[in-house]
Formats: sequence, structure tokens, C-alpha cells
Amino acid sequence: MYRVVRAEWLSETVRLLEVEAPRIARAAQPGQFLIVRLGERSERLPLTIADFDRDRGTVTIIFLTAGHSTQDLALLDVGGQIRDVVGPLGNHLEIGRIGAVVCVGGGVGVPALYPKAKALRAAGNRVISIIGARSADLLVLEEEMRALSHETYITTDDGSKGVKGLVTVELERLLRGSDPIDLVIGVGPVPMMKAIADTTRPYGVKTLVSLNPIMVDGTGMCGSCRVTVGGEVKFACVDGPIFDAHEVDFDELMARQRRFEPLERDLAGQGAHACHLEESLR
Amino acid sequence: MTKAAKRPPRQPMPEQDARERVGNFDEVALGLDEEAAVREASRCLQCKKPTCMAGCPVEIDIPAFILAIKERDFARAAAILKDKNNLPAVCGRVCPQETQCEQVCVLAKKGEPVAIGRLERFAADWEAAHGSATAQPAPSTGQRVAVIGSGPGGLTAAGDLAKMGHRVTVFEAFHDTGGVLRYGIPEFRLPKAIVDREVEYVKSLGVEIELNTVIGKTLTIDDLFASGFRAVFIASGAGAPVFLGIPGENLNGVYSANEFLTRANLMKAYRFPEYETPIWVGKRAAVVGGGNVAMDSARTALRLGAGQVTVVYRRSEREMPARAEEIEHAREEGVAFQFLTNPTRVLGDERGWVRAMECLRMELGEPDDSGRRRPVPVAGSEFTLDADTVIIAVGNAANPLVSSSTPDLETNRWGNIVADPETGATSRPGVFAGGDIVTGAATVIEAMGAGKRAARAIDQYLRQHHAPQT
Repeated sequence: MYRVVRAEWLSETVRLLEVEAPRIARAAQPGQFLIVRLGERSERLPLTIADFDRDRGTVTIIFLTAGHSTQDLALLDVGGQIRDVVGPLGNHLEIGRIGAVVCVGGGVGVPALYPKAKALRAAGNRVISIIGARSADLLVLEEEMRALSHETYITTDDGSKGVKGLVTVELERLLRGSDPIDLVIGVGPVPMMKAIADTTRPYGVKTLVSLNPIMVDGTGMCGSCRVTVGGEVKFACVDGPIFDAHEVDFDELMARQRRFEPLERDLAGQGAHACHLEESLR
Repeated sequence: MTKAAKRPPRQPMPEQDARERVGNFDEVALGLDEEAAVREASRCLQCKKPTCMAGCPVEIDIPAFILAIKERDFARAAAILKDKNNLPAVCGRVCPQETQCEQVCVLAKKGEPVAIGRLERFAADWEAAHGSATAQPAPSTGQRVAVIGSGPGGLTAAGDLAKMGHRVTVFEAFHDTGGVLRYGIPEFRLPKAIVDREVEYVKSLGVEIELNTVIGKTLTIDDLFASGFRAVFIASGAGAPVFLGIPGENLNGVYSANEFLTRANLMKAYRFPEYETPIWVGKRAAVVGGGNVAMDSARTALRLGAGQVTVVYRRSEREMPARAEEIEHAREEGVAFQFLTNPTRVLGDERGWVRAMECLRMELGEPDDSGRRRPVPVAGSEFTLDADTVIIAVGNAANPLVSSSTPDLETNRWGNIVADPETGATSRPGVFAGGDIVTGAATVIEAMGAGKRAARAIDQYLRQHHAPQT
């Protein structure tokens, strides 16, 4: 069992949990993920490690309560227990002196972007952040991103904060500007990452994305998370999750994200669901 | 009456009816009852030089345990098994006895070897039902040994090392124990309650098991040595799915057998939505491959509601690596077979889902490296097999997580760890390896044999290199 030591709502639908997992905290590097399984009957859910504290022996996960698994997880409060936490998994981001890095995060991609931006800043890079959401109340980690960035730009779909429009509007503006950009890192929903790749491609700027396809084991054993990158089949869990955005077949990835959609609807409509959860937490 | 006439026939295994069992995940083989077991045991000739034992990778005293059954001393039979085999209820169910002990039984020459596997299962199950003396812990040597992986090889080595008095910790990457016994072999062939029972026995010997620990990620082998372990046994399994490398393999509805079976078995997706991991199976499933994993996948797909399941295999039935018993079970349940057939392309619809598989007919040519005749394509024989679900069960490759995180650990060109077949010793002192990560995908019992030999070698290594810790 892994104990929750801090729990916060970052917005109405975005939950932060800091969890005791000393071994994972000790080994974790920015860009890696972990897998949680809340109770005996729960799925294995991969989540980016949003932060880790080696001294406290904790890891932080931040997630959007979208499906049943994340809704159940969000019910946990301080003192709550997660049955299984395994990690750190995947490769970490290679951090070095790169120069000017634009970090682009959309919605719940921002927490996954945060540890990468933080490490890039600590390594002496110029960090320019663009964070977006559907509306102002859904923006998360704005203060944290501002604190570590040299420049921060906000976009919202409805214009309730910052520039009205998608993150790519601001990204395009920066790419057109006179300041050189050495690297773009994008994390967010798959269509957004595809749009980021399409935006930077004509400028020839190296662009990385962090993918989160459907997984089971997270150790390269099952191949559920396979993605086509540069014409080759890669497993996001062990070959990624960070890939060259210009090489990723996003259309295939979007189709694969719908593999279990019909069944997920069955689960969402299942009345007895909450009871199972309570039972498994006992 | 002649002597031969007195010997009863080989006792058949009672089974769930095929029509009934395709509708459930309960165990197919029901086990011999006491009378049948004693009758079967009475068939054993009690050879003075038993050939059967040479066929057993874990060195069970086969005539002795069979004699105990014949004498109705079932507790003694179980104790004899457990002296050598930490997992008899597993072996009694999934060992290919027909190519091991039973193949070299003297009675096999007349076509009806003693049903050693059925007797092993009987004794192990009898013990579980009746309770038994707990294991005697050996005097402690104080030496700590780490075992990577709680599959059959790891559990065997861990149990044997504990019996020798060493302090063993098993590190398991998954949230549950058993390795392939848990995620790979379906409930209807190996009930998970049996795996739980065998794991409990190994724990009763003093073995500790740490779940959710990925060696190579959470901890490295160097970390293990630094934290006081004196030797490491790597039994991480094969654990990386092989795909065919044909177009369309990433379409929705295409699974590796590893993913399909892990969802069904480890995650219990067959009880979705009570268990929350989904598994999607359409109306027509095609399973590619001819081994036990292909049979398990096909039979699981049937039970999950695929109306039609076809196994597609590139050689003929004679070359199939699956156990004859499993092929027979699959056939009884309604699985169809397309032999000498090789998929060339998976065809999808406009939404990215599988709709069919394009295949080529094959014929057998000259023998290849494996001694089996090589399948060669018949020109112009393309045809289309309708399928909305495709499961690829053509084998596993080595998972590099452990080897790539361990400096100076030698691997071969397929990524398998190089280890001495007799001792499991690797290129790193104190690091031993065995099972599928060394040999490539093989059987449960071969991994157990490797675990047994490695345990002996590790014990010897510790005696030579480390004074006992008191």
C-alpha cells in the first residue's frame, strides 16, 4: 500500500496526489512515468511523474478526472491508500545546455510538462512556456510554470484568459519571431501534440512530445502501447514515452486511443461501480 | 490370467464437457479421484533403474511418490514431491509430461505410460485439501540472495535457496506473483488459486516477495549488491512480444498474445466490468501461431464470446509445438485450424479496425535449423480470412530491462543473457540467470529445472566466497 500525504484540487477536474514511494522517488528522473492500481479490481493506470522529492520519499501525480479510473483515484484524500504504485518507468528526458526551449502544455499535459521544464531551467536553459486550456478555470500549475519560465504565455479556447485560441497560435508567433528557438517540447492531448508537430515542422525546429498510449504492464512486455515512429514500431513504455514529434504517426495513435471505447461506456454506466471501489479500499 | 491383463488401463482424466466449458473459465481437467489415482499408481512397474526420473528436470523421485499413492499414503506422496518440486500442483497441470517423464516410462513402449502428471496433480491437490505439515526452515546462513522474477524459475530457485538456509527476497515487477503462471496461463488450465497456494508454500519456507519492483528501473542489480545481497538470480522470463512485421499490425483489434492474455488473466478482464480492465473481442478471431500460447489465446477468445476462432499456423499440424492435449481441447471446443497458412497483411476499415487478414498458402520444404521442414510460400495462393480480432502468438523475445541496466552482463545476439547451462553463472560474479531470459521462450518445467540448478550453484558460490553470517 502506498499512502497519500498531500491531496489538492488544482481545478474543478484536476487532482494532485503526493504519494509515499521512496524507491520510486530515489530513482525518478524528469520525463518518466509510473503506473498506479488503486484497488484489487482497478486497471493499471499510467501517469507521468509530475514531481518527486527524494528527501521526503514522495512522488506527485496530477491527473484530469476523465474516466472511471481517474475519478476513483481522485476520491482519495490525505491518508488514503493506493494498492499498487510501480516505477519509475520509461526513459527520462535528456537534460543539457540546449539554449532556448519552448515548453508547450495543453490542459492536463501541463503537469507532465512541469518536471521537464523545471529540469531544463535548472540546467541553465532559457525556458519559454506556453500553457493552454479550454477556459481560465481549467488552467493548472500556472504559477509554478511562471516561476520557472523566463517568459510565459497563456491561451484559452474561449479567451477567458490570455490569448484566445490554441497554444499553436502563440507557438507560431514565437517561431516567426527573431529570437532563435533550439527545442520545442509539447505535452497534451494527442490532437494538440499533432498540431504542435505540424506547426514547428516548416521551421525545422527539433520538437519532442511525450506520449501516453493505452498500456498494461509498462515494461515492454505486452505491446499495447505501440506507436509508429519514423516508420518503425516502438513501445512507448520502454522506447519512449518521449519521441521526435516529426516522426510520430499521430493519426494511428488517435485511432488506437479508441481501442476500448465501447467497453468504457459499459463501465461508466455501471451502477454498482462505487460499491466495488469501497470494497477494494477496505 | 496373464500378468499383462492384470494391469489396469491408463486412467483417463475427467474433464468438463466441451460445450459447457466454452461458457466458463473454470478448470477443464477435473483431476483423478482417489480410486482412479490408486489404480493408476498400481500400473507403475517400480523399475529398479527408473528411466522416468531422467526425464524430470526437477529430479523428482517418481517411483517413490507413485508407490506412496499406491499405498494410499498421500501425505507421503506429496512430501516426496515437495522435496524436489516447490510447485507440484502447477507441474501436475502444465508440464508436457508426454515429452518428459512419461515419454521415457518403460510402459510408454507399449503406448500407455503411467500418467505421472495426473498422479502428481492428485497428490498435490490432496495435500492442499487435507492440509499438511509445514516446511522445516533450515538453519540460517544469514546470506541474502535476490531473485528477479516470481515466475516458475524464480519461485523454484527461491524455495530451494530458502531450504538451504539462505535469506531470499524475490523482486516482482507486477502487482501479483507467479509470472507467466499468473499472466500467461489461463484460469481454465491453471486456476489462480493454485498459483496462490504454491506461492504461499514458497513464502512459508521464509522467502520474502516484493511486488511492484522493476529491476532495471526501480532498483538495479548494482543497487541490490550495494544493499547487502550476496548473489542474484535473474529469472525475468522472456517478456517481449514478437510481432509478424506485416502491414496493419497496429490496427485496432490486433493484440499480442501477451497483451490479450495479460488482460484476461492477470487483470481478470474476463470478469469485466466487475474488474475494470477492458478486453475487446469481436465475432471472428484469428490467432496466429501454433504453440501453447496460441491455444490458450484461441480458447480464451472463444470464452470471451468470439463466435468463430481460427488458428492460423504456417506449418502443418505435425510441427505444432503445442501439446497434443491442448490442440485436442481447442478442437473439442470448436477452434478451427488453418495449417500451412501465413498472414501477409492485416486489412482494416476506414476507422482503423481490423476487418480481415490476407494470407498465403505454404508448403513444406527442406528441414531448417530446428529440424522441422521449412514452410515455403505457394506462389499466387493469396486469400482473405475474415477477422475482426487478431491475436499474434508467434513467440517472445528477451526483455532488455535487466540486461541493459547491468554493466558487464553478457548477452547473445538475440538479447538473451549468456549463462552456463549447468550452473546459471553469467559473466558477472555472483549473478546467475535461468529460464526464458537465457533460453528464449520454453516451458515452465525447464525454467524450474534451471532454477533448481542455479540454486545449487549459488549455494556453492556463497560457501566459497562468503563466510556464513551468524
